Amino acid sequence: MRSRFVLTFWQILVLLGFLLFWHFGGVFGYLDPFFFSRPWDVLVRTWNDFVSGVIWRHLWITLVETILAFVIGSVGGVLAGFWLARRELLSAVFQPYLKAVNAMPRVVLAPIFALWFGLGIWSKVALGVTLVFFIVFFAVFQGVKEVSPVLVANARMLGMNERQMLRHLYLPAALSWMFASLHTAVGFALVGAVVGEYLGSAAGLGYRIQQAEGSFDVTGVFSGMLVLAIFVLLIDALVTLVERRLLVWRPQPVATGIQG
Amino acid sequence: MPEPSANEPAVRLEGVSITYRLADGSRYPAVAPVDLSVATGEFVALVGPTGCGKSTLLNVVAGLVSPSTGRVRIDGVALSGINPRAGYLFQQEALFPWKTALDNVSLGLEVRGVPKSEARARARSWLERVGLAAFADRYPHQLSGGQKKRVGLAQVLCRDPAILLMDEPFGPLDAQTRTIMGDLLLELWSADRKAVLFVTHDLEEAIALADRVVIMSAGPEARIIGDHPVPIPRPRDTHEVRLTPTFLDIHRTLWHELRAEVIKSYRQGEKID
Repeated sequence: MRSRFVLTFWQILVLLGFLLFWHFGGVFGYLDPFFFSRPWDVLVRTWNDFVSGVIWRHLWITLVETILAFVIGSVGGVLAGFWLARRELLSAVFQPYLKAVNAMPRVVLAPIFALWFGLGIWSKVALGVTLVFFIVFFAVFQGVKEVSPVLVANARMLGMNERQMLRHLYLPAALSWMFASLHTAVGFALVGAVVGEYLGSAAGLGYRIQQAEGSFDVTGVFSGMLVLAIFVLLIDALVTLVERRLLVWRPQPVATGIQG
Repeated sequence: MPEPSANEPAVRLEGVSITYRLADGSRYPAVAPVDLSVATGEFVALVGPTGCGKSTLLNVVAGLVSPSTGRVRIDGVALSGINPRAGYLFQQEALFPWKTALDNVSLGLEVRGVPKSEARARARSWLERVGLAAFADRYPHQLSGGQKKRVGLAQVLCRDPAILLMDEPFGPLDAQTRTIMGDLLLELWSADRKAVLFVTHDLEEAIALADRVVIMSAGPEARIIGDHPVPIPRPRDTHEVRLTPTFLDIHRTLWHELRAEVIKSYRQGEKID
């Protein structure tokens, strides 16, 4: 694959260009290392954190919070979305409140959750859940509402009863919409966890960044951001893998599907 | 359900009319009271201009729409709710996208309580009969339009319905594929001669396939304006048959009737626009 190779080449070139600009900006005195650190220092710090093992505990905590927020938020979102989509009146009653709650910036909830659930992982999980829930909820709600009427008619003509329609029609439709929102949901679970840690905790990647900021350790802040970025990329790759396995029936979005 | 009686037609519409209530509260009388019957083993094509309510009439026979007046008798028994004796092949995409071709076909048997292994075996043999044995594990998006229609046909016929309802089933396909699908349909149908009600706007397709062609007028208050037998012997080749003098005669007569209605429906469209 020639084009893939060329693309990777350019991507690496952009990264190198950025790092060189950063490095020489420091060398020639345009970027004060106290405020901007140096790329090499950030890499060394990150490497040392991994080698000495201090970072693993924090990674683990953030990972657990992310997974819990994702699972709880998704299950809740699927159930609520499914339930409301099938009940006209109920959804009409709840619609404005759901929109109002969803429109609220979640950061303001963090102190309250810390008060309710303590400074451990559960206040972060709760923050993540409030983000994940609505993404999944709206996706599933829309998905169930917009099941093709022809498909519904076909299901009825095939003799399906209400329960069978749920199993063969509405549930798969809802799940496919849930998976469509998977990347966003996992991303927001992580955002919830990190923001929660940042605003008050004793462990996690958000805590590390907050600690470094508190002591004007810019290298530590950038190192934390680097670890966070790698973490996000890994999780995203994992989600893509899961998605490929679960949604085999979905047409490939890119032009790889030249099957004739 | 009471036992169907042998000398009743498979489908009988008695004074069936359909009136829609529009969004502004007014009423739109789409179909005027219509009488129509399809005998057991008879292939009837229902032809009319676009928007004349022929598909709605089909949905009434399916039990998906209830008529505003009149009633539907299936084998002499009044229909209420979904018609359990009918199989329906839709114009639009109606396969379950998350199921393979095989699972789509066996679904109709499984929901009826046929054990999974038996349902799959029967579904497999139906996929073979529509020429898709090699495509059993494909998902709908991996199939061409014609292949999807074949799966749809297998899905419907697999349940062995007494009545086959078809709503412009081959409409979205290209001309060659349509001809081939027509031949396949006749071949499968000739095996056990179900009662067929086939809705189309394509007069040639109607004559090539059916025993009887029923023509509907343009709406509103669409009604039946012609009912013609097609005395072309079977088995037919749906392509060859179009070149015979009988076919051309019938086509000329029917087109004469239909043309005025098609033009009228265009005028209707202009008025609504």
